[in-house]
Amino acid sequence: MAEQNSMETRALSERDIDMTNELGSDSSEDVDMWIEIFLGRKGHEYFCEVDPEYITDRFNLINLQKSVAKFSQVVQYIVDNLDEDTLENMPRQRLEQLEKDARKFYGLIHARYIITVKGLQKMYSKYKDADFGRCLRVYCNFQPLLPVGLHDAPGYECVKLYCPSCEDLYNPKSSRHASIDGAYFGTTFPGMFLQAYPELTPKHPVKRYVPKIFGFELHKQAQLARWQEVQRLKLVKNLEEKNVNLSKNGGYKALE
Amino acid sequence: MSTDYIDNQSHMSDEDSGTYDEWIPSFCSRFGHEYFCVVPTDFIEDDFNMTSLAQDVPHYRKALDLILDLEEVSEDEDDIAERESQATNKYDQDGDQNMEGQIKEKDGKGKTQMVNHSIIEHAAEQLYGLIHARFILTKQGLQEMAEKFDHKQFGTCPRYYCNGMQLLPCGLSDTIGKHTVRLYCPSCQDLYLPQSSRFLCLEGAYWGTSFPGVFLKHFKALEDYVERKGKESYQLKVFGFKIADEAVSGQRMKWLRQYPSTEEEWDEFAKCEFELPKV
Ligand SMILES: [Zn+2]
Ligand SMILES: [Zn+2]
Repeated sequence: MAEQNSMETRALSERDIDMTNELGSDSSEDVDMWIEIFLGRKGHEYFCEVDPEYITDRFNLINLQKSVAKFSQVVQYIVDNLDEDTLENMPRQRLEQLEKDARKFYGLIHARYIITVKGLQKMYSKYKDADFGRCLRVYCNFQPLLPVGLHDAPGYECVKLYCPSCEDLYNPKSSRHASIDGAYFGTTFPGMFLQAYPELTPKHPVKRYVPKIFGFELHKQAQLARWQEVQRLKLVKNLEEKNVNLSKNGGYKALE
Repeated sequence: MSTDYIDNQSHMSDEDSGTYDEWIPSFCSRFGHEYFCVVPTDFIEDDFNMTSLAQDVPHYRKALDLILDLEEVSEDEDDIAERESQATNKYDQDGDQNMEGQIKEKDGKGKTQMVNHSIIEHAAEQLYGLIHARFILTKQGLQEMAEKFDHKQFGTCPRYYCNGMQLLPCGLSDTIGKHTVRLYCPSCQDLYLPQSSRFLCLEGAYWGTSFPGVFLKHFKALEDYVERKGKESYQLKVFGFKIADEAVSGQRMKWLRQYPSTEEEWDEFAKCEFELPKV
């Protein structure tokens, strides 16, 4: 147990060092790139880097203008185009508001960006690294998760995680992630992602758990599991009639 | 076995038991052992509860003595030798003072003693775990587990629509060494891995395969509560539209979170009482 404990702390400190390295290595060129600092913050691991060109392209910002006050200034601030004098002369309160607005605005533009070809690619590599965590459901076998919002407007609900294996929604493990607005990822992202990369849709597990007492399944629970299996078999029949191949991705895993 | 045991106990009664830490409470308070409850010694002292455990755990008697803090009295030659060498704290990093652990290797003899002691300690942990799996199925054990359950000590279901439902520890086997502990959610009736890595190595047999079932049967109110809960589920959408069934990413797992609702479905459900009907 002691060993496990120290391993955990080691993993943690390594990550910390990694993060500071990441920030430090670029510091020679540009001391404070706003986006880099934003991405390096603890709890921001789900976000990918949005191209500054995408952020400054007015076409991509349609209907976002009203989401923050002094919209143009916020955009300039995010892409580090705000001149030093303006920033230095800004009252502290205004600067704090600007930072707050910038984070919100980055989140909203992020939700749009990650369903573009480039954004999907960036999220693909994050998914491959399981940056969004893995499904804890035993039969999902450590399936990597995808972030999703339940609303596209901010202020309603925090980010959730979608499991492509059991097709269910989970809460993020860490409270830092659990407090991020779901609108910064949007409702469409996982669906778009899996349509863009159909090979990433796993075979779905069929195996179930039914509680047992000394080897005997609980009656009611076993009955429900059978009924649910009937629903599955009906779907299989239906899909086979439509010539859907269920032995490949998006089909079912054989029971062991 | 039992006569020996009673003998030991009578020796014990006169001794000052407050001078050293008791094995069970210290085991249960170790980091990562939060899922364990304290098994009362009178449960362990009842031979009936220990039936057949002697065959499942090596060094059964010594392990039992260690658990019951009787090791001082039951010493044989090995134990005397063991006491002569110096005991150091095995769990320095945890600051756990309760383990009489590794013995410093000063000579070859010390080495074998160290092995001996850690073997007994290991056996004691296994024995306690198996006793624990039996205890939590008793009325008193269930009560203690219910208290932990209420305090969310086994964590809450990670599934969003389960709304923070408390979990129950569960083994996939009653034999040691097969599977680590899993967590059962009474709401979605599914099985999860512990969120925190400190619980990932816990032996599942220490909670056993029957625990969640017995718990549900004992606390009927829990099932009623779960039945009244919302049965929401999620469907993947793109710009508000459902993905076509024929697509690779089309919906395949709806059944997993589905419950009968229409009259027709309840009829179908009735047909599932004893077997899987033909589709
Ligand atoms: Zn899953
Ligand atoms: Zn659940």
